[in-house]
Amino acid sequence: MKEETRPCVIPGCFSARRHDDLKEMLDSNKDSLKLEAMKRIVAMIARGKNASDLFPAVVKNVACKNIEVKKLVYVYLVRYAEEQQDLALLSISTFQRGLKDPNQLIRASALRVLSSIRVTIIVPIMMLAIKEAASDMSPYVRKTAAHAIPKLYSLDPEQKDQLIEVIEKLLADKTTLVAGSVVMAFEEVCPERIDLIHKNYRKLCNLLIDVEEWGQVVIINMLTRYARTQFLNPNINVSRVQNWVYSLFRAVSLPIEQSHDAALIYTAIRKILICEVQYVVLQNVATMTIKRRGMFEPYLKSFYIRSTDPTQIKILKLEVLTNLANETNISTILREFQTYIKSMDKDFVAATIQAIGRCATNIGEVRDTCLNGLVQLLSNRDELVVAESVVVIKKLLQMQPEKHSDIIKHMAKLTDNIQVPMARASILWLIGEYCEHVPKIAPDVLRKMAKSFTNEEDIVKLQIINLAAKLYLTNSKQTKLLTQYVLNLAKYDQNYDIRDRARFIRQLIVPTEKSGALSKYAKKLFLALKPAPVLESPFKDRDHFQLGSLSHLLNAKAGGYQELPDWPEAAPDPSVRNVEVKESVRAVGTVTYRDTGSSEEEVRKPERKSKQSKSDSESESESESESESSESESEDSEDSEAELKKKKKVVSGGGGSFSTIAPSSALKSYELLHRITGEGLSVEYCFSRQPFIPDANMVAVQVHFTNNSTSDTKSLHMEDVKLQSGMRVKEFPEIELLPAGETATAVMGIDFCDSTQTANFQLKFFVSIQPPVGELMRPFFMTENEFKKEQGEEENCEKLTLDVKCRNEHAIVQKVTTAANLSRVPCGSDKECRFAGRTVTSSSLVLVTVATKDQGAAQLTVNCEKMVIGTMLVKDILLALTQ
Amino acid sequence: MIDSLFLINHSGDIFLEKHWKSVISRSVCDYFFEAKEKAVDPENVAPVLQTPHHYLISIYRDKIFFLSAIQTEVPPLFVIEFLHRVGDTFLDYFGECSETVIKDNVVIVYELLEEMLDNGFPLATESNVLKEMIKPPNILRSVVNTLTGGSNVGNTLPTGQLSNVPWRRAGVKYTNNEAYFDVIEEIDAILDKSGTTVFAEIQGVIEACVRLTGMPDLTLSFMNPRLLDDVSFHPCVRFKRWESERVLSFIPPDGNFTLMSYQVSSQNLVAIPVYVKQNISFLEAGSCGRLDITIGPKQTMGKTVEGLMVTVHMPKAVLTVNLTATQGTHTYDLATKVLVWDIGKLNPQKLPNLRGSLSMQPGAPKPEEYPSLNIDLKIQQLAISGLKVSRLDMYGEKYKPFKGVKYLTKAGKFQVRT
Repeated sequence: MKEETRPCVIPGCFSARRHDDLKEMLDSNKDSLKLEAMKRIVAMIARGKNASDLFPAVVKNVACKNIEVKKLVYVYLVRYAEEQQDLALLSISTFQRGLKDPNQLIRASALRVLSSIRVTIIVPIMMLAIKEAASDMSPYVRKTAAHAIPKLYSLDPEQKDQLIEVIEKLLADKTTLVAGSVVMAFEEVCPERIDLIHKNYRKLCNLLIDVEEWGQVVIINMLTRYARTQFLNPNINVSRVQNWVYSLFRAVSLPIEQSHDAALIYTAIRKILICEVQYVVLQNVATMTIKRRGMFEPYLKSFYIRSTDPTQIKILKLEVLTNLANETNISTILREFQTYIKSMDKDFVAATIQAIGRCATNIGEVRDTCLNGLVQLLSNRDELVVAESVVVIKKLLQMQPEKHSDIIKHMAKLTDNIQVPMARASILWLIGEYCEHVPKIAPDVLRKMAKSFTNEEDIVKLQIINLAAKLYLTNSKQTKLLTQYVLNLAKYDQNYDIRDRARFIRQLIVPTEKSGALSKYAKKLFLALKPAPVLESPFKDRDHFQLGSLSHLLNAKAGGYQELPDWPEAAPDPSVRNVEVKESVRAVGTVTYRDTGSSEEEVRKPERKSKQSKSDSESESESESESESSESESEDSEDSEAELKKKKKVVSGGGGSFSTIAPSSALKSYELLHRITGEGLSVEYCFSRQPFIPDANMVAVQVHFTNNSTSDTKSLHMEDVKLQSGMRVKEFPEIELLPAGETATAVMGIDFCDSTQTANFQLKFFVSIQPPVGELMRPFFMTENEFKKEQGEEENCEKLTLDVKCRNEHAIVQKVTTAANLSRVPCGSDKECRFAGRTVTSSSLVLVTVATKDQGAAQLTVNCEKMVIGTMLVKDILLALTQ
Repeated sequence: MIDSLFLINHSGDIFLEKHWKSVISRSVCDYFFEAKEKAVDPENVAPVLQTPHHYLISIYRDKIFFLSAIQTEVPPLFVIEFLHRVGDTFLDYFGECSETVIKDNVVIVYELLEEMLDNGFPLATESNVLKEMIKPPNILRSVVNTLTGGSNVGNTLPTGQLSNVPWRRAGVKYTNNEAYFDVIEEIDAILDKSGTTVFAEIQGVIEACVRLTGMPDLTLSFMNPRLLDDVSFHPCVRFKRWESERVLSFIPPDGNFTLMSYQVSSQNLVAIPVYVKQNISFLEAGSCGRLDITIGPKQTMGKTVEGLMVTVHMPKAVLTVNLTATQGTHTYDLATKVLVWDIGKLNPQKLPNLRGSLSMQPGAPKPEEYPSLNIDLKIQQLAISGLKVSRLDMYGEKYKPFKGVKYLTKAGKFQVRT
């Protein structure tokens, strides 16, 4: 540690000799000396000292074997390459070599440095490197590629088109590691290309929860903008399909708000100890309280102010309290304000007085109470408090002056003591404006003011002139001479505004031959009824900036701010988000850590999925039926609404006690009865992969009926069940009536005895159900160690070459969990994916391992004491992985 | 996003700068210094400043300003959170986050900053991931490194970066396997003059220290989880499981971390452990005032209140105090006008009392304001909300870990108005 303290650089004492010493060390062939030299140089950079003249000596070491020297050289290069472009080029070939290194860490770091060297001449090299890295095997390298995109873009915006291609490619990436970074690149390079998001929208929503917190912020921001362009305002009228997409979006972002990162918390009031965070959150809350008071009202007390809060926090809390004030809580708030007025922090007291003024203008009932309170403050010892009160009282009096002439009298007396210019000016204005209410006092005040005129501040002087003019017009007998005196003084004032005003007023009020037509209207001009000022929150107009943004906080558009578009009037085509069925299945089927061990997930995921596949088919059918009448379309939607309800019922019946891991894969539908053979009745079934509550040893089969005929179908139930020995069936409850064109869903349970034998029965027509082997098991959660222990001898092994599309971990997980109802087992190595489950009837363990090797070679191992299941499962998974 | 970072000490020296994009001249900090001058108190410097070409977002912690220069729109909280993460990482690496320690370890600091941001966007911020890439300093390693020319930089990709459990590294090994949880609750409260509660809530946090071998999967359950109003978790916690079963199920990070924080805010649930009888008065005529404070136990659930301390910010006019305490010591700082009364343990049989006179600046008017009292206290082995951990189970590993739960109640922002 000590060696790092040695380079204590004294500013300005950099002699050439010292640099020679460093150069010598860099030229030596001992790594330790080089390292020492580099450490000193980095320390210099850190302190902001110029080390650019060492460039040639440093750049030589870029190919150094020692990884720490190398890293420090990189740091140096990134800092100075821009200044020493010619020399920097010497190092390029090293990075190009690094890009081909077998170690992903070196590939990534070479790309990082190469893209950080801001030298225009290497743009083509960078472009090539980014393109290559974007299809790298390692997600870490692909992440780095995503980071490099905005770097290249800022260096050479001409590359935009090519970069968009890379972004498009990376957007399709299914790893959480890449998602945040590529959306960041998208936002910086081509935020207007919203069309690139369509195909990835659902995937991003699904990945969101597992992306690291920084990425989440960026993705949510982008999705918010996306939602604003693609969906109708959810508060008005939303077509159902879009509604679920939108609710999915919201459902996903909800738990994130509960994750630990403060950057995501806007809506909840929670512990905000850190001053800076509090500052930013309160700014946003202040804006929100204007439009959505109800949201924060229950938390009113959380905004109470402590004497230890910093002033800027106090003032923001005050703003929130004022915005939240209404008829019901105003008395509580005013009592609270009374405490604040006694604070030692005078800026805060002034702000409180303003706040009281605002409450008084907004809530008529308490206006008099507030006014009385403020008048009491006029006898406060602190001048600032008095001054602020005067200013606020002035505004309040304007609302109903006739009732309050005694207050005006009281204030007139204050002119003797109060020195704060703004307050003096306010009093004078009041007296002038309402001189008829205080006919005796007003001329006297003017007399005093005339005496002190030359010593007053400019804004007070202007008000004295004003007062004089108004009195001249209403009471010229008493004040004529005084007014002329004041105007004469003003005529020779140093300030041109005052001279100007005096000249103007003299012409207007003192009639002479030359004075024009205007002077006739002088009284009307000066004593016109003035509208009372409206006291508004300074946060009132901030809501056109997106909450949480820098622009919102500053109330000014910051560079690169993306406006939130208004909700579209008509919904854009929702089918753009549809991906071919297989694709969407994969995207949904992401198995992630957080899915494990959650029973809720269990219930929800399939629901989402079924909805999704439905929406796919629905929107397809919609587009098909476009040429048909609109009637059929509405019918269609009614259908699915009913279906949706039923599905919900089904789901709620099935969930509950199951607590092992959720398998996340698609529900493949099988045909039970074609509508032609079924004379209009078509039946499909799928394995819902939910526990069958009445009997844990049964596999839940979800059956979906559609009546395509023109007549109603009655009494749908199972008959004539023919089973192999040992098998059992729990029939679904009879569906009494299925009207024409309607659909219905039911769930039945079948105990297949851990075999793929068929269950035959009569459903108006003779039908049979045969399960794929993968559906005969349910996921089982176990740890890596347990897994290894349980890997017994009954092993079915198969070597295979993976399909090009599923050479990453992610794809493998999806393929396997789609083929079989298994759960992922946490695993330290990235070369292996492990899955575990138990068969439904006999609870025998099923363990699956996919070990990947180079170039798509892989080995699939299935351990299961039931030989038949083992062999069949190997075949099924093999098929899934190689196709 | 974040273009540059400057670390500035209390007296306004820039002692470290790091640029992730083109170099931004340190003269940009002048705008910040200007604001700092105006604000007097470092807490009062606005965290976000606008200058002609840049936006400055800063945090103040451990007597250091972390000042970032930004050129384009970015959520301010994002930056603030990141800057705190930088501070946390220093704390994690060097045991403290101070100017001296940053200067002593400037190379490691620089390597860390390089990994944490790429082109201004966060790259690796998880402590476990960072520690595998850049090893924290320790004396033995630095001696060995000097002799062998070894390095502090790891040359393999951290496993955490790619795994599904990014917060935990693989291959953790301990001879003693232990998991400790501290349930710490702070009472934030405002009491008015008469002792009625104006506002009270409990801020709770569960700090964990987990040293377990392998990949343990822990489940922590509570006797009364419904108490908790508003929770936020470490990302390791399976949220769905919490939603459905109200248990915390997680694969823990290695070492110390904050498992969750929560809030209990329904007012009737918040017990106030002590009552305060106080009388502070300033006489209208004479230049003196009187002070009389007594503290007694209220709802302590039979536990002892310890570490009791009262802090009072006196009005400026109070010159000196002449007080006697029946228990503990008191000090009055003439410069800052802060009176501190350190009581210690609260004895219910003999209530501590502090009384005496305050002498005021002669001729000064009677202060308008009355100082509020800030109370500090601790109660061991009690979570004032009544929250209790019922059990901790471990799955996935075979050994028997040593488990422990501790409770502690503290006063947070506990203020008595006068």
